[in-house]
Amino acid sequence: MKIHEYQAKEILRKFGVVTPKGKACFSVDEAVKAAEELGGSIWVVKAQIHAGGRGKGGGVKLAKSLHEVQALAGEILGMQLITHQTGPEGQKVRRLLIEEGADIKKEYYVAALTDRATQKVAIMASSEGGMDIEEVAEKTPEKIIKVFVDPLAGLTDEQAAELADGIGVPEASKAQAIDTFKKLYTCYMETDASLAEINPLILEGNGNIKALDAKFNFDSNALYRHPEIVEYRDLDEEDADELEASKFDLAYISLDGNIGCLVNGAGLAMATMDTIKLFGAEPANFLDVGGGATTEKVTEAFKIMLKNPKVKGILVNIFGGIMRCDTIATGVVAAAKEVQLSVPLVVRMKGTNEEIGKQILADSGLPIISADTMAEAATKIVEAVK
Amino acid sequence: MSILINKDTKVITQGITGKTGMFHTSKCREYANGANCFVAGVNPKKAGEDFEGVPIYATVSEARQATDATVSVIYVPPAGAAGAIWEACEADLDLVICITEGIPVRDMLTVRNKMKQKVANGGKETLLLGPNCPGLITPDEIKIGIMPGHIHKKGRIGVVSRSGTLTYEAVAQLTELGLGQSSAVGIGGDPINGLKHIDVMKMFNDDPDTDAVIMIGEIGGPDEAEAAQWCKEHMKKPVVGFIAGVTAPPGKRMGHAGALISGGADTADAKLAIMEECGFKVTRDPSEMGKLLKSLL
Repeated sequence: MKIHEYQAKEILRKFGVVTPKGKACFSVDEAVKAAEELGGSIWVVKAQIHAGGRGKGGGVKLAKSLHEVQALAGEILGMQLITHQTGPEGQKVRRLLIEEGADIKKEYYVAALTDRATQKVAIMASSEGGMDIEEVAEKTPEKIIKVFVDPLAGLTDEQAAELADGIGVPEASKAQAIDTFKKLYTCYMETDASLAEINPLILEGNGNIKALDAKFNFDSNALYRHPEIVEYRDLDEEDADELEASKFDLAYISLDGNIGCLVNGAGLAMATMDTIKLFGAEPANFLDVGGGATTEKVTEAFKIMLKNPKVKGILVNIFGGIMRCDTIATGVVAAAKEVQLSVPLVVRMKGTNEEIGKQILADSGLPIISADTMAEAATKIVEAVK
Repeated sequence: MSILINKDTKVITQGITGKTGMFHTSKCREYANGANCFVAGVNPKKAGEDFEGVPIYATVSEARQATDATVSVIYVPPAGAAGAIWEACEADLDLVICITEGIPVRDMLTVRNKMKQKVANGGKETLLLGPNCPGLITPDEIKIGIMPGHIHKKGRIGVVSRSGTLTYEAVAQLTELGLGQSSAVGIGGDPINGLKHIDVMKMFNDDPDTDAVIMIGEIGGPDEAEAAQWCKEHMKKPVVGFIAGVTAPPGKRMGHAGALISGGADTADAKLAIMEECGFKVTRDPSEMGKLLKSLL
């Protein structure tokens, strides 16, 4: 689960990490009032959407008067902000963060994430803050310093110092940087984050270390023990269809192609998408119905796939293990009837009670095309949508 | 022979009294020698009772002492599953198989590091398979997990995969071609897990009754590449490789928490290229896994 920058900073502050003072706003009036309350003579007006690259897209602007705050807030609120992470249609800005200005002397990068290979928490830091870290990793990988933290021991002073030295924090600010890294680690662990990134982490003219921008992802398996983080969820930022699917316990991700697919199991679902591509078309979605695909779930899955106007055909690929093929066939027939399916449907079923399942499809009177292998199913659906 | 388990393995079921635990314990006991293999269950609140004649003990340790079982399988719900894994390790079992899906990553990180610390301090090593996996099977001998038993056939091909249904797909293709399996192993789709592709490939390489292997992977993580590099140097048997997720867009989580592309080297294309370079016969068509393997024998 992702959250907004202002929420990420609220969490960081709870763990003692210093951030600029700021306030989340939902209207221009609120923005002006927030700037007044913050005081000072310079403010940053920041669009709050979940995608990164907001600055380049025109969603982060500097204001030097309250009048400018008002003008910029009006400009940014409601705009369709397009960044490299939003897709070409952009994301509507519904919230702003009004923040005090900062005296940036140097920008660093620091992030905590789980490293699969070592099964430890990696803390990554770089002297090249404020940039896309993927770009730094590609062009100047030597400028990324990593330490691997044993969760039984926590981030040690030595490791934190290695990071601070590695990215060139001046001696006078080193203690503050070490403290910040340790707090970031504690925050990462205690909130069950899957990514906690501060970019940039800045050194101010007076030597202070501050988190100027922050991004968090959380482990969805652990949200049950973090009601305080679930409250941060912003449904406006999530894909409406993916959200609808999650209500029925379906894993759904919309893609750009024209062949909808419904599969049981994540690996088989990806393999099915790959097969569609291999035979010359593109999948319209990833959809895993999981282990217990009831008629209701299959019907909802069909409805969600068909909401996508690009879908010109559907491929169902089920490996019946514990879930029997006859159960799935009954569900598919009921679903096709309920949604009055008007696009070609290819069904490939394998496994337990395969023959009974195929008979149910054949007897349904619906124009369902049957296939034996994944390759045959893909060939048939690609042919049918031509 | 086979890897990890055989008809004489004695198994403890942790979470035997839950809905999933009961259902699959029944199925596993019906399969081959299962009735003799599944010897104990664990539930602290139901110690002294039984499930279908299988005695229930309060702890894994007690179950082990009473039955000499060396393996456990876990169906405990996510919140308690990492604790259940640790309990099996403290009881010094040989192998613990965790079927549970949805365990918080932090819990797995903690338990994996505790397991490593125990071994570093001279304690017995307990192998972990999973979590979020279908389990493993040695056809016609024993099935521990949730895979459909009837699609398997006894034979000499090893199968290892992160994904459940994709494992079944490979197994069914082999069985249809008349090629049986020595063992089929689901290592699970989570980012922090126990046995990895490389560990299972080593076991298949050492198993005199395995002639060839199908290795199936997914986008995300370094595991398949690591296994392929090892195989290049050491594997004496032909390997067919497939990676799911060529079409997966970066940054999206495809059902499995582990299947998330984050860097460059963990895309399906990159992994396929490494596997091919290391001597695997790779295919981009998952319908061809069985046929391709047959062509190598």
